[in-house]
Amino acid sequence: MKRKDNDSDIIIDELGISRRDFLALGAKTAGVISLSSLGALWTRAAFASSVNTLNVVSWGGAYQFSQVMAYQKPFTKMTGVTFNNIEKAASGPALLTAQEQTGNVSWDLLDILQAPASRLYSQGLVHEINYDKDLPPAPDGTPATEDFVKGSLGGDGKTGGFVPEIAYDTLLSYNKTAFKDKAPQSIKDVFDLENFPGTRALQKIPAGNLEWALYADGVPRDKIYEVLATPAGVDRAFKKLDTIKQDCIWWTQGAQPPQMLASGQAVIASAYNGRIFNAIAADHQPLDFIWDGALYEWDGWVIPAGLPKDRLALAMKFLAFSTSTKQLAAQAKYIAYAPARKSSIPLIGTYYKNPKLEMMPFMPTTPEHLAVAIHKNASFWSNYGPQLKQRFSAWLSS
Amino acid sequence: MAATSPETLTLEGGADLKRALRRTERRRRLGAFSLTVPLLLFVLVFFFLPLFKMFWLSIANPTIPEYMPHTVQALRDWSPSTPVPEAAYKAVAEDLKHARADHTFGRIAKRLNEEQPGSFTLINKTAMRISRVDHGPWKAALIKIDKAWGEKPIWRLLKRQSAPFTADFYLASLDMKYNQQGQIVQKPVYDRVYVPLFIRTFWMSAVITLLTVLLGYPLAYWLTALPDRTSNLLMICVLLPFWTSLLVRTTSWIVLLQGHGVINNVLVWAHIIGDQHRLKLIYNQFGTIVAMTQVLLPFMILPLYSVMRGISPSYLRAGISLGAHPARAFWKIYMPLTLPGIGAGGLLVFILSIGYYITPELVGGQSGQFISNMIVYNVQQSLNWGLAAALGTLLTGAALVFYLIYNRLVGAGKVSLG
Repeated sequence: MKRKDNDSDIIIDELGISRRDFLALGAKTAGVISLSSLGALWTRAAFASSVNTLNVVSWGGAYQFSQVMAYQKPFTKMTGVTFNNIEKAASGPALLTAQEQTGNVSWDLLDILQAPASRLYSQGLVHEINYDKDLPPAPDGTPATEDFVKGSLGGDGKTGGFVPEIAYDTLLSYNKTAFKDKAPQSIKDVFDLENFPGTRALQKIPAGNLEWALYADGVPRDKIYEVLATPAGVDRAFKKLDTIKQDCIWWTQGAQPPQMLASGQAVIASAYNGRIFNAIAADHQPLDFIWDGALYEWDGWVIPAGLPKDRLALAMKFLAFSTSTKQLAAQAKYIAYAPARKSSIPLIGTYYKNPKLEMMPFMPTTPEHLAVAIHKNASFWSNYGPQLKQRFSAWLSS
Repeated sequence: MAATSPETLTLEGGADLKRALRRTERRRRLGAFSLTVPLLLFVLVFFFLPLFKMFWLSIANPTIPEYMPHTVQALRDWSPSTPVPEAAYKAVAEDLKHARADHTFGRIAKRLNEEQPGSFTLINKTAMRISRVDHGPWKAALIKIDKAWGEKPIWRLLKRQSAPFTADFYLASLDMKYNQQGQIVQKPVYDRVYVPLFIRTFWMSAVITLLTVLLGYPLAYWLTALPDRTSNLLMICVLLPFWTSLLVRTTSWIVLLQGHGVINNVLVWAHIIGDQHRLKLIYNQFGTIVAMTQVLLPFMILPLYSVMRGISPSYLRAGISLGAHPARAFWKIYMPLTLPGIGAGGLLVFILSIGYYITPELVGGQSGQFISNMIVYNVQQSLNWGLAAALGTLLTGAALVFYLIYNRLVGAGKVSLG
């Protein structure tokens, strides 16, 4: 970054060609420009002028705020590159597929879960990343493939499309004021209407609910997906869900469950652990976690395939910057999601609004939490997701 | 033109008048037509083309022919009752190697998984591992990767998916599927989603249409009977919500109807119901019916009003003066005259409501969902656009059928909307 004020120079530096080469290249190709390529050139030119802005798609709310604070602000300060934040991650895979079909990919980075990322990668829709080459090592020199937590990277672990940022939990939580004598502590308690009466708010998708139903029915955590892959196992899970169906309401947006708990619409709710943390730490709501059976999974970046060279180079640069040890640790100041790099963990500090509140005990990946968690099986949901979702809809409306 | 016959009129300078007139006429007609060309193009590009595209998506099946051409070739003459030839194994190995190199094996996996759960892992695993195998026998190599390759279902599926067109999406829309033997069967009861949803969509739309008639008819009648100034004022009350955003109207119903909403709070405050027994007014069928009836009411009132305006009050008076009871006169004389209005309003409300999406999504809960909510799910979440297109085509077809029935009963020509 010799000259911060001129962005096109930065891009050319990144590509390793000088301005003179660049111009010479232009002169040579000018002779063979056909009419059909004029249109392409025109769009290229339109993008070239806007290449100091990255179009980033993420989930909105407190999570996107943490990304803005931990990644985007320092990156803008360093390079002058600005960001256009889009809150479309929930339908990101569908929209990216549509963009690819119309040949007009306008996004530079997309923040999604591991399972859809691997589906997009195997369809050739996201850019392939060589983890050790494209991502920086840990400060002590440990290469990226060893620094990221095992199983969090996409593809075969060496190359792939997915670069994880955080691990998060979908877990059960409850309103403390609703349970005076005895609070629910386990998934079994969640399914126990007699001792813990009240409305449950659950996410309107089969993932999570089916696992919890089997777990509450006595299936050990490491056997859940084995059982769920059989028709009898699916029947068993729905039968268990039947027992609490009358007392359930269903949410679709991550912001709903803390609000439902706080307003008394529900006494127990499944939720993303970061949202519950925010409700407790920032909004001082009387909520608490049930760590038993917390369903944990990875979330991170993909870059759409087929970006023009200059945009790709800039996106890759931001990708490497945002998933470096320091930036992942910085994100943990703003939200209780665990960084995907091992080297970031010792750097986790306190909550940005309250310097006395240590973030570490709220992370999904502490040994105590991992000991009782269910690791969400991405490949199971890739295979059986569509069918189970269909059956779940039929069950809900029956 | 020296040789003109005496009968033909000629213009000054000798031009044939008839021909000149015809030319002018033609030019004028062309000019008039050219004015409609933009509209024609607009309808073509933004209405018929998308409709055609939707229909195409619902039957097109390009994935396997495009990404597994060798397999399609090798299975052309294979019949499911005979053993799978080695050539087919070789073709699958070849195709999957290519697909692995091109990063397209996920598209194959996704398509096959839509028809047979579990295929996703099978294809991904096979594509990853077969790349490391250089030579045959391919049958042994594939079975070593996964024993599913030694069994018939996957081959039957591949053979079926080799065709460039498919009925799969329509079968799925009607809750049917192919079983392991390749026959078409109904899905088990717990997996039937779409047929019950279609039925629910139709009957709830019928209820909503009926309610708009019951509420709209007296109001429209009253509007025609009032003096102009009052009726104009009231008309604004009908149109005002019509001009308000659909989203705003729907969310205000949430404010009114929810558990801790205005209505429940008033009832609890007045000690009509206990705090523990708040009424469930929303996130169910009741909520959808209430909100949609309100949203669609103007579509009923406007055609009714326009028809009623054209009926002279003297007809009714004549009936009564000839001895009929006012109710009988109303029923025998006035009502039949308003039928075209009821028909037009009913058709409008019914067809609008079978395609409704936002209101059921927001206030319908589970029991108040419509088929459109499932179409959106298949477009946005499961990415099964073929299925979404098939459901959409069926819905469009249903709307057309209802229109034809209506046309038969009432006659589209009798409708006047303004």
